Amino acid sequence: MRGLGDACLERWADRLRAASAGQTPLRLCGSGSKDFYGQSPCGEIFDTREYAGIVAYEPTELVVTARCGTPLARLEEILAEKGQSLAFEPPHFGAGATVGGCVASGLAGPRRAQAGAVRDFVLGVKILNGQGELLNFGGQVMKNVAGYDVSRLMAGSLGTLGLIAEVSLKVLPVAVAEQTVCFELTQDKALDLLNRWGGQPLPVSASAWSEDVLHVRLSGAAAAVSAASRTLGGQRVDHEDAYVFWRGIREQQHVFFAGEVPLWRISVPSTSAVLALPGAQLIEWGGALRWMRGPDAVADRAVRRAAEQGGGHATLFRAEQTLKAEYGVFQPLSAPLARIHRQLKHAFDPQGIFNPGRMYPEF
Amino acid sequence: MGIDGSSALPGPVFDKDDLLAQLGKVLPEGCLLVDEEDLRPYECDGMTAYRQLPLIVALPDSEAQAQAILRICHARKVPIVPRGAATGLSGGAMPHRHGLVLSLAKLKKIVNLDPVARTAVVQPGVRNLAISEAAAAHALYYAPDPSSQIACTIGGNVSENSGGVHCLKYGLTVHNVLRVRGLTIEGEIVEFGNAALDAPGYDLLALINGSEGMLALITEITVKLTPKPELAQVVLASFDDVTKAGDAVANIIAAGIIPAGLEMMDRKAIHAVEPFVNAGYDLGAEAILLCESDGTPEEVDEEMARMTGVLKESGASGIRVSQNETERLKFWAGRKAAFPAIGRISPDYLCMDGTIPRKNLARMLKAIAEMEQRYGLRCANVFHAGDGNLHPLIMYDANVPGQLDLATAFGGEILELSVELGGSITGEHGVGIEKIVQMCAQFSPAELEVFHALKRAFDSDGLFNPDKAIPTAARCREYRLIRDSAGGADHSAPGGA
Repeated sequence: MRGLGDACLERWADRLRAASAGQTPLRLCGSGSKDFYGQSPCGEIFDTREYAGIVAYEPTELVVTARCGTPLARLEEILAEKGQSLAFEPPHFGAGATVGGCVASGLAGPRRAQAGAVRDFVLGVKILNGQGELLNFGGQVMKNVAGYDVSRLMAGSLGTLGLIAEVSLKVLPVAVAEQTVCFELTQDKALDLLNRWGGQPLPVSASAWSEDVLHVRLSGAAAAVSAASRTLGGQRVDHEDAYVFWRGIREQQHVFFAGEVPLWRISVPSTSAVLALPGAQLIEWGGALRWMRGPDAVADRAVRRAAEQGGGHATLFRAEQTLKAEYGVFQPLSAPLARIHRQLKHAFDPQGIFNPGRMYPEF
Repeated sequence: MGIDGSSALPGPVFDKDDLLAQLGKVLPEGCLLVDEEDLRPYECDGMTAYRQLPLIVALPDSEAQAQAILRICHARKVPIVPRGAATGLSGGAMPHRHGLVLSLAKLKKIVNLDPVARTAVVQPGVRNLAISEAAAAHALYYAPDPSSQIACTIGGNVSENSGGVHCLKYGLTVHNVLRVRGLTIEGEIVEFGNAALDAPGYDLLALINGSEGMLALITEITVKLTPKPELAQVVLASFDDVTKAGDAVANIIAAGIIPAGLEMMDRKAIHAVEPFVNAGYDLGAEAILLCESDGTPEEVDEEMARMTGVLKESGASGIRVSQNETERLKFWAGRKAAFPAIGRISPDYLCMDGTIPRKNLARMLKAIAEMEQRYGLRCANVFHAGDGNLHPLIMYDANVPGQLDLATAFGGEILELSVELGGSITGEHGVGIEKIVQMCAQFSPAELEVFHALKRAFDSDGLFNPDKAIPTAARCREYRLIRDSAGGADHSAPGGA
């Protein structure tokens, strides 16, 4: 018996084949909550929200399979009912955020340094290619090394390699206990402490420093959290306030993110010294993620050079389209990497119909 | 070369003498092997059933030498088979008859270990365990611990995306590697990932992990180090029924516990191991579970109490908690020695590596018991129960004509059933040469074509580790023809056993 979903996928397959035949660029889009991210979206809008719903959820297998258009909030609700969650704590950036967009953007939230990134939890995907073929990679099991790991490759690919129709994710139990503590510290002291704590078996599940205040969240077994809270010291934050604070960091509703000044996302080793850049900074991920509000005049080269010298990279995360076009959103790739990227894009999407130019202008 | 002798590559199109002369110019003396007696040790990896002498073995001792080798070989279209410690169990490092084996055994320096950043930069020939040994002084370790960790190299671990007995909580190799530096087939230096937690562009680092030496030659790796837990304790639970043991695993997960290790062994495995190791396993049990908890003493106390409670409620017939580190290691010793223990009671064995959704474990074990009867071969089962990765160990005697074929067919049937039950033909050992036929059961022609296209994006001439891991379309057509004419799911044992 064929479900409604099959009919939807058949229609999508027809549309993709037509787009391939006419070399019509498509702009894959859920609710558009992450339209701001990446190079300017272009092409005919392809709304993925129609294909929605949880395909399978087995709490004891730690796996959930959902269709691309499933609202992320709905998925999180269903997991919460069983005391589980997406450990990478994805940002929604809008009420309608979808599972497909979550995986395609590859963005993780405050828990990333401890738990891992989106790709670390992707177990399998079904994608539609330009020929309208439904291709299945990975699966619903924790370990799977049959063939190249195409499913993890989809995380963060910004929809440029194919249409993610369905995804299987590893889920984890919600921590039994949680406690946030805060400290008044300068940035260099905060970085030093975060790195020292990182080397110890402490259940630090998130950290955020801005304007000389460091917040640290502990999650785990009740005994471990209270023991760690004693070890760390600092001022304990009320649970409700902590919830609001971390949601504000995840969703960029914290006051640091307010206003129209361009926002840079700088990914460096946690041990990188304070980056000498002219804008205000907010530090996450134990020091490995540095957000910066750059004054408009800041040359991208200074930011990118600072990131590269530290062994990382910088993304122009939020900015006017003109600025993005001028600076490029993502750090330029080395010549051999750029070549592999172009060839991979061609291997998956020979007609160039999927979100062209969304990641790098040249493909 | 395929098991059946077919190869997607034509025969040698280069002049061997010229090749040797060029390689001789870039490699120190003794680093180029060509005589049969020198090549012999390289004819297979841990999958000893398949052997092939290479044309040449090269042992560079620097990235620059490896680069020179690749440039010379690429210009002449010489196939390259990268090789680490050759502990692989799927024939991934089996040589190509017209190719060069590029051994990374001499690249074994720990380049840098940064205790504050909790990372180590290592060359590919560094042994897995050597990283943890070097990090121990800083109370850190490298988490993935395949059973071969004394011998296997980190380069091989990345190539296979190796697991171990602690990966439910600590992840696979792909979760513990930050950066891989390597060489393209043309000999260009390329870096996947970096010193930070993510990198711009596609996640090529995820692709390199588990790529079985088919996309790039690895020359340096940055791994993540993990703080050593203050305490670890293991509970050893016996069950009089494998289904109960399987349910106990599901109940632990349902209780919101992610144990540091969660392993199962069946009766045959227990009986093979216990006389060999004296781990204290219950010989009367149908299955045993090893469940480990680690963390602070408070955390371990709390978790052990919850875990033993769940095990009791799930019908465990016996429960023992390790009282000290010596006892904990003793309990684990049996599990870690399972493969050699089987080697002791059987002249040869094949180790399978399928993964299945855990709920299908009882069905799989029942099917295996039926296959034992049908093929007339014994099979012991060890199971990474936490992540659904089953290692059936099929015992056979290679000196009895026909037994290897029987064992191979037996294994193939288990893998096909793994796919049918919603799993995969390989969880951590890789496809290599061994499971290449079963790839046709797991993937459609269109999916396999994506793999081939992806491979061409890195290596357009198909020179890196040719004919491994991804079967040709022709190979799969043949496979489907044979399978369909045999009546699909109605498997019949060859030889009518």
